[in-house]
Formats: sequence, C-alpha cells, structure tokens
Amino acid sequence: MSDKYLTVSALTKYLKRKLEMDRHLTNVWMKGEISNFNHHSRGHMYLTLKDEGARIQSVMFAGNNRSLTFQPENGMNVLVKGQVSIFERYGQYQLYIHEMEPDGLGSLFAAFEQLKKKLDKAGYFSPLHKKQIPMYPNHIGVVTSPTGAAIRDIITTLKRRYPYTKVTIFPVIVQGEHAAPSIVSGIKQAHEQKDIELLIVGRGGGSLEDLWAFNEEEVAKAIFNASIPIISAVGHETDTTISDFVADLRAATPTSAAELAVPNFLDVQQQIDRYVHRIQRALLSTIQQKEHQIRQLDQSYLFRFPDQLTRQKEQHVDQLDMRMKHEAQNALHRSKRVFSNLLQQLNKVHPEVQLKDHLFHFKQTMKQLESSMKQRVEHEERTFTSLLDKLMLLNPLEVMKRGFAIPYDHNNTFVTSVQQMHPDDDVFVDVQDGTLHCVVKQVEEKKHV
Amino acid sequence: MSEDKKELSFEEAIESLETIVEKLEEGEVPLEKALSYYQEGMKLSKICNDKLKHVQKEMVSIMDETGDLQSFDIQEEE
Repeated sequence: MSDKYLTVSALTKYLKRKLEMDRHLTNVWMKGEISNFNHHSRGHMYLTLKDEGARIQSVMFAGNNRSLTFQPENGMNVLVKGQVSIFERYGQYQLYIHEMEPDGLGSLFAAFEQLKKKLDKAGYFSPLHKKQIPMYPNHIGVVTSPTGAAIRDIITTLKRRYPYTKVTIFPVIVQGEHAAPSIVSGIKQAHEQKDIELLIVGRGGGSLEDLWAFNEEEVAKAIFNASIPIISAVGHETDTTISDFVADLRAATPTSAAELAVPNFLDVQQQIDRYVHRIQRALLSTIQQKEHQIRQLDQSYLFRFPDQLTRQKEQHVDQLDMRMKHEAQNALHRSKRVFSNLLQQLNKVHPEVQLKDHLFHFKQTMKQLESSMKQRVEHEERTFTSLLDKLMLLNPLEVMKRGFAIPYDHNNTFVTSVQQMHPDDDVFVDVQDGTLHCVVKQVEEKKHV
Repeated sequence: MSEDKKELSFEEAIESLETIVEKLEEGEVPLEKALSYYQEGMKLSKICNDKLKHVQKEMVSIMDETGDLQSFDIQEEE
C-alpha cells in the first residue's frame, strides 16, 4: 500500500523534471528589481527578483557572474536571462540566472559610474591637467549642433558680452549612436584651425540618453587630450556628464559657458577706465610726493640758512689754522728748550770749566793737604813735647838731684837687692855729681818683705 | 615703440596696462619713470579702447562638410 505514497524527494524530482522539460521555463527572459542581494564568498550571487506583485528567489553562479560589467545592487532594475528550476533540498523553485544587465537608466548610471571611476583613477579629472582659460579670447570654437537652443544661446551671449571675438562653429551630431565620434571629430577639426584659443563643447538639455554621448569614453579622451582649453556645457544645471569632469571648466548651461568664455565688454571698458584713473592718481600722488620732498628740502635748515654752510666751514678752517699755529709755536718752544738744555750740558763740559773745576779741586786738595800736614806736625810736636816731658821725669839724673843714688857692682850691674851684696864687696854708688867707691860692711835684710 | 604697440593683442595690451598700474601704485618710482609709465599707460588704454571700438562685423562662421568656413546666422526661433 505504501507504494501509493511518493517520497518528498520523488515528488520534488518529478516537479524538477517537469520544469526542466518546459522550453519556456528553460529559457526565461525576465526583468525585475534586485533585493536581498548577497554575493557569497565562494563567488555565487544570491538575490531576490521582484516587482510590485511577486518575487522569485534567484541565483547567479560564479561561472556566470564573472563576466558582469557592473556590480548588481539592491534596488537596481535588471534584465536577466536564465532558467527556472527547483532547489530540491528546500523544495524551492528558483531562477538560475545566466546573464544579467542593468535595465534602462539603471544601465546608463552604472556605465556612468564605472567610467567616472576609471577616468578619475587615470587622473582625467585632476586639477593638474586643467588648462588656463584665456581672459580675452580672440577666436572661440563651438563644438555643438548647428541647430537648437544651445548654439543660439552661446552666440547671442558671446555677441552681447564681447563682440570682438571670432566664433567658429564645428557642427556635430549631439545625440544618438553617431554622436560620440562626431563630437570627437569636431574637437579634432577645431584643433586644425590654428588660431582657436578656446573651445565650447556641449549641447542643450535633454534626457540622460540624449546627453549620453558626453558620457562616452572617446569624448572624454578627446577633451582630455585637447591642447585648446575646453569649456563644457551640457544640458541644464542638474546634468553632470563625464565631459564636465574632464573639461578645463564646467559650465552649467550653454549660456553660462559663453559667459565664462568672455568678459562683458562693459566690464572691460570699466576696467580700462579704472586703470586709467589709477594711473592718473598714481602719477598725481607721485608728483605730490616729489613736491612734498622738495618742500621739505626747501624748508630744511641749510636751505633756509645757506650762509651757515660756509660759515661753519670757515669757522672750522679758522680753528684748524689756529691749531696749526699753536702747534707750530709749541714745536718751536720745545726745540728751543731742547737746544738750551743741550747747550747747558755742553757748557758744563767746556774745558775751561773743567779746568776751573780741577783747579778748584786741586786747590782744595792742597788746602786739605796743608791743613792736615799742619795738624800732623802740631800733633807730632805735641807728642814729642809730652814724650820729652815724660822722658824728663824719667831721667835718673833728675831723680838723683832729689837725693836718689844708683848702686852698681864692678860688673856695672845695678844693685836692686841685698841678695846681690855680701860684706866687703865693692859697691859703686852714683850720685848727682859723681861716684862713691864704697865697701859693704854689713848686709841687713828687711824682714817684712 | 608705437609700431610694436599696434601689434599687441588686446589681452597683451590690457595685461601691460595692469602691470603699469601696479608699478605706478607701488610708489617710490622716480618721477621720470613715473611719467614714462603714465605715457605708456595712456597709450595702452587708447589701444585697448580702440580695439573695443572695433567690433567683429562677421563674427560667426561655421565649418561646412568640406571643411570650408561659411558665415553663419542664428535662426531666431521667436
């Protein structure tokens, strides 16, 4: 009985085979909005495609999604090609996407973003590459459609503001598939005209698709490689194209491109008038300044009292003169003093003076000699007298006068002691006036001696 | 000198004019120099003004398919 009952797997397999045999379901073309997008790390993309009324689980395997030229995102409308089948494990039917591309505007936005990113990376938007827009261009080239509002706006504005510039229009196709190459060749033609100093490249407003040529890479490259400065003017204020990013200057509209391209001649005239005015004022102020300088010089002390200049000099000369005389006199005095000193010194050593000196010295010496001689003689005389006196005192004859006698023996030896004498010895006694020849009778010795 | 001046473009003339204004306004310019600046400035301003009087008569032309230039009139739409 149980044979009546299908297994879940069997039913699922059956359904799967049914779906896979349907030729419509194996080759589905479908459009929808992406939600629940998940790019799995293994490379498969899981997403839900939906519209207002329904949704379908979808998967795009790595092998298929590798060739995508854009990054799918939630909310993006896409066109897909694929096959409907069943994921058995969950019993879920789903769409296996083989190809996917952005739908409508979504596709253009994606391409825009992608090109923008690429060119930005390549340095196309860098301020370093922006060329200087000439202030007063003599010849402007306009690369745009010869019909339509854009060219009219540009030319009327140029004429109104600055009717001194030449304008050459390079007519190009500005929308549709031929637009991009046409614009590129217009830019090239403008470069072949030697004297064009500035280019305006653009068109009037339109849909994103209408403006699309200005988002094409070849147009961007032509603008980037241009040697003439380019002002881009595409659409309205709100439209921004790749060309706008690459151009040297972006104008919001064709009219504003013309305004950026040339100055207003009234402003220029005013500017020139201002310059003239400034030159006149500057010259006037220079002259006034010089006059002021002259007045100041005029009023300066020396100009008011010019005599003072020579007087001071005269005074100075006089002072110098006086100083010179004074110095001369001083020098003379000094010389005289030196001379008289020398003369004095010379006179001191004059032979006569020396002779006098010597003579004087000699006399003095002589005098000294005489006086010392005299002293000496007197001294000697005095000494002699005194010696003589002493001698007189000592003279024994003088003593004998006073009664003293000198005894001596026969040997003429003075008898000074009783020891020398014996009784009967002869003794001779000299007295004052002769000699007594005596004989010793007795010898008496004094006891107390 | 004046021959050269006629060769000047408007842009060169007005730039020279601006330079002269700046030099004069710097002050400290010797009087003779100031006078010659003044004369040159007046000459340049005349050149500029003359150029401004000389409006391009046939201002706009368009390049045709053969690469020749044709005069161009705006199609007035209103």
